Amino acid sequence: MHGRRGGPPSHPRPGSLFVAFLRIGAESFGGGLSAWIRREVVEQRGWMSDRRFLSALALCQILPGANAVNLAVFIGTTLGGAAGAAAAFAGLMALPAGIVLVLGVLYAAFGASGVVDAALAGAGIGAIGLTLAVGVRLARRNVRDLPGAAIMAATALAVGVLRLDLLAVLAVLGPVSLAVARFGPRR
Amino acid sequence: MSGPLPAIAGLFGRLSLLAVGGGNGILPAMQHASVTVHRWLTNRQFLDMFAISRAAPGPGSLIVLLIGQKAAGLPGAAVAGAAMYGPTSLAAHLAARLWRRAEGRAWRETAERALAPLAVGLTFAGGIAVGQSTLHGARAYALTAVAMLVLAVTEMNPLIVLAGTAVAAIAMGL
Repeated sequence: MHGRRGGPPSHPRPGSLFVAFLRIGAESFGGGLSAWIRREVVEQRGWMSDRRFLSALALCQILPGANAVNLAVFIGTTLGGAAGAAAAFAGLMALPAGIVLVLGVLYAAFGASGVVDAALAGAGIGAIGLTLAVGVRLARRNVRDLPGAAIMAATALAVGVLRLDLLAVLAVLGPVSLAVARFGPRR
Repeated sequence: MSGPLPAIAGLFGRLSLLAVGGGNGILPAMQHASVTVHRWLTNRQFLDMFAISRAAPGPGSLIVLLIGQKAAGLPGAAVAGAAMYGPTSLAAHLAARLWRRAEGRAWRETAERALAPLAVGLTFAGGIAVGQSTLHGARAYALTAVAMLVLAVTEMNPLIVLAGTAVAAIAMGL
């Protein structure tokens, strides 16, 4: 919340990018990675505006691969070139990779525990809440007109509820959104 | 030596390229290949690994490390990770460079305005889709709604909310 929102693009050093993504990797229990990444990169550190973050987020969903990892690499590249990309990737992966492997070994040795399972399920619930809350925040700040709101709702419905193919949905709604952005009211 | 490493690299390299819109779409194919075709693990173990990678911090796609580890130990995990993330990270890097080169151009400004509502919609879609497949019962939905509300209207650290929902899930026996 102390970020320089809307300020000039910054160029953090690879070390800072590594630390930022290390934090994201340490905190993101239960998922909700893009919400954590936005919190760190946009809100806490003010490295990029919401609009730049959102275009990165959308492009990374279209690209093949794991979204969160793509987003880390994309943002790392945007802010710090190839070194930034490597730093963001390494930072995001370092702790979770170790944690997952250790949990895998423990799980194989001791099996499931009811309390731990419930706690992990609860963290997953919180992470879903976090993702939806970030959606609300993003919508309030970045979707300010009726066409934009309609496109947002249609995307959420088609991909989230109806589970339609993402690329097919974007092939239809993408041109609509482009036309609105090009010819519609200025946002 | 051959062993399972080439098969691990081939499987996850192929699957990563099919993962458009996130990793969840390739899970059924991953399950089929690692359980039925290669017999690296049982179905039950696959589901446990899915739960572990989902709950642990970091990307849920780290399940590939667990499958690689089960198939061929630490080298298997390393090969699985390299195959899953290497080619697609390179693609993301190159795409970001192209996107950065267009900075300041009029068409990029227009594209950014166009992508914003789509990306916000996809954020909601992500929460909804995961919720539909993992939430069971009215109490789980209610807890999700409370977490969302708190995080949307207050500046509370999300970690505190995650701890809260974890404790609530234990207390409510979810």
